[in-house]
Amino acid sequence: MAQGLSRGMALADARAICTDLATRPADLARDHAALASLRRWAGRYAPMVGADGADGLIADVSGVPHLFGGEADLRSDLHARLDRAGFTAVSAIAGTRGAAHALARHGGGIIPDGRLAEGIGRLPIIALRVNHDTAAGLARVGLMRIADLIALPRAPLARRFGQGLVMRLDQALGQHAEPVAATPDAPHFGVRMTLPDPIGLQSDVMAGLARLLDRLCVTLATHRMGARRVRLELRRVDRGVVVVEIGLARPMRDAGRIAALFVKGVDEVEAGFGIDALRLTAPVVEALAPEQLGAAQGDAQGEVQGDLLADMLSSLGNRIGFDRVLRLLPADSLIPERSQILAPAAYSVAEPSPVRRGPHRPITLFAPEPVAAAAGHPPRQFRWRRMRFTTLRAMGPERITPEWWFDDPTWRSGLRDYWRVETQEGPRLWLFVTPQSGGGFEASGAQAGAQNWPGASAQNWYVQGEFA
Amino acid sequence: MIWNSADLPDPFALRAKRVHEAEGRGRRAFAWFQAARHQGPLVWIVPAHAPEMPMLRGLPQGVAERLHLLRPVGETDLLWCVEETLRAAPIAFVIAEPAQHLSLTAGRRFQLAAEAGRTTGLMLVQTGAGSNATQTRWTCEPAASPHPDSTLHRWQLTKNKEGTFGDWTVNWHGAAAAFDMVSTAGQRHQPATAPG
Repeated sequence: MAQGLSRGMALADARAICTDLATRPADLARDHAALASLRRWAGRYAPMVGADGADGLIADVSGVPHLFGGEADLRSDLHARLDRAGFTAVSAIAGTRGAAHALARHGGGIIPDGRLAEGIGRLPIIALRVNHDTAAGLARVGLMRIADLIALPRAPLARRFGQGLVMRLDQALGQHAEPVAATPDAPHFGVRMTLPDPIGLQSDVMAGLARLLDRLCVTLATHRMGARRVRLELRRVDRGVVVVEIGLARPMRDAGRIAALFVKGVDEVEAGFGIDALRLTAPVVEALAPEQLGAAQGDAQGEVQGDLLADMLSSLGNRIGFDRVLRLLPADSLIPERSQILAPAAYSVAEPSPVRRGPHRPITLFAPEPVAAAAGHPPRQFRWRRMRFTTLRAMGPERITPEWWFDDPTWRSGLRDYWRVETQEGPRLWLFVTPQSGGGFEASGAQAGAQNWPGASAQNWYVQGEFA
Repeated sequence: MIWNSADLPDPFALRAKRVHEAEGRGRRAFAWFQAARHQGPLVWIVPAHAPEMPMLRGLPQGVAERLHLLRPVGETDLLWCVEETLRAAPIAFVIAEPAQHLSLTAGRRFQLAAEAGRTTGLMLVQTGAGSNATQTRWTCEPAASPHPDSTLHRWQLTKNKEGTFGDWTVNWHGAAAAFDMVSTAGQRHQPATAPG
């Protein structure tokens, strides 16, 4: 700043002025988050604090300064605390929001009561929150400072430069009311409880948890949310913290059912010399609209069944992991591996299975396993999993071509001809051959036309499934 | 012969609230057959390392949407899952593929859990790896069929706590719960001509 740098300057110009300038890309999201936390902190000075632009805060300190010993002391207290935290800040206190905004961005300071016009009169017109075109137009007619504007009659000014300029001027001078609206806080789903005496019994912890859960569930219900994960932090007397966290198979705010899932985790907690504080938070929440409880008897039955099933999935997921409690969902693909999706049951809903049509599909599917000693096309005899099979009947081929828009390493061998092979030994297997790979095509030149699939002895046959 | 449920008790009805076992190469087909015959939510528990997965488009109609697939890591978690799901009231039928020999203790615990949860269970065990606490044990093998339009299964009842053994050849095509009994060509012990 001292060397003449300013906001909005081109980087090349700035580097030319100040050769050892350190630059970093702007991180708008983190700036915004920092400003939001600063806004929460600023609540210590005023009940109403709102964001003012991307880089400012505005607080309505009416009736507050005497608590800090006057406006000057309040401002120095603010600056001392911000300095200690490492912030460089400019602040202003004025009778109107517009005047405070203008002064804070042009030097800062305090405007005493009743002297607004003198206080901001020396500031340039751009400080009034008008756009650049208006400010430039005013500068062209020789009006540079706010004091120049105050003296002018309003009607010609409004006619020439628009109502907006007059409104901003009135706001800065207090002739037009402009309240400070506090930005609403995002709801916080966390409750805590400190105890006069440490507790160590499991039943005591569960009782405390039940009270916290009641409060948390009321908060969730107010905001129409349901918890997806719930975390219980137990602070011990020796300052150690034990965390018990559970997941839920669907968003929920039913205290009794959530408490049941904590039983196992709380059972494993080492209480040490006792626990003197409990904190319960819901780190992951999802929207959960209020539901009407089943009016008809049948509905209520189904509701209870669904709840019981969700509880069971929750307890299973908390032990073996929610990614291991799965559901089979149909997918729109002809590739066997991609014709179904294994989706976590907690994050998906059941879909009706597609109608069976077309060629039969096996009931069991596995990764392709090569068969050995295959002779013939389809193989009359082959070995698979160290067993010898003789083909009794073969149905096919059903040709499946790879999806060229996916690069699937297992389908690099090209298209596949699938056969349903019934063996004399009993098993009905799903075999396929990859005619585009292997030695088949080299041999076809030598024995062209001799048979459909020359070089059959060199073909690669695989088993991929077993029929019922 | 077409099996008609009206004239004889159904030989393949698994006794409810008990745990049963199936072994042999056709045990998965038998399990899906039983799954199609049970109404309500189904649980299929396979170890995470098992390569065989059910194929949705090959399953009997109406089974896939009630199916929950659990893939626990390790035998302890698998046994815990079986017991927990058997004990859960909303589940109708539990199928599990334990990788190791089922101990008598595990078998007894499953029976108690199945009784408590009013759930039927079916363990798909390796041949000879079952537990003595099982209610019934079925040996299931796919059979070669002489006609192209039949899908034969040979299902033998080799252990039964309350009843007799049996040996059936069944034509079940795998799409629904319906099945046909196939009468075996019996050994003739009587003279061909009618007496008298």
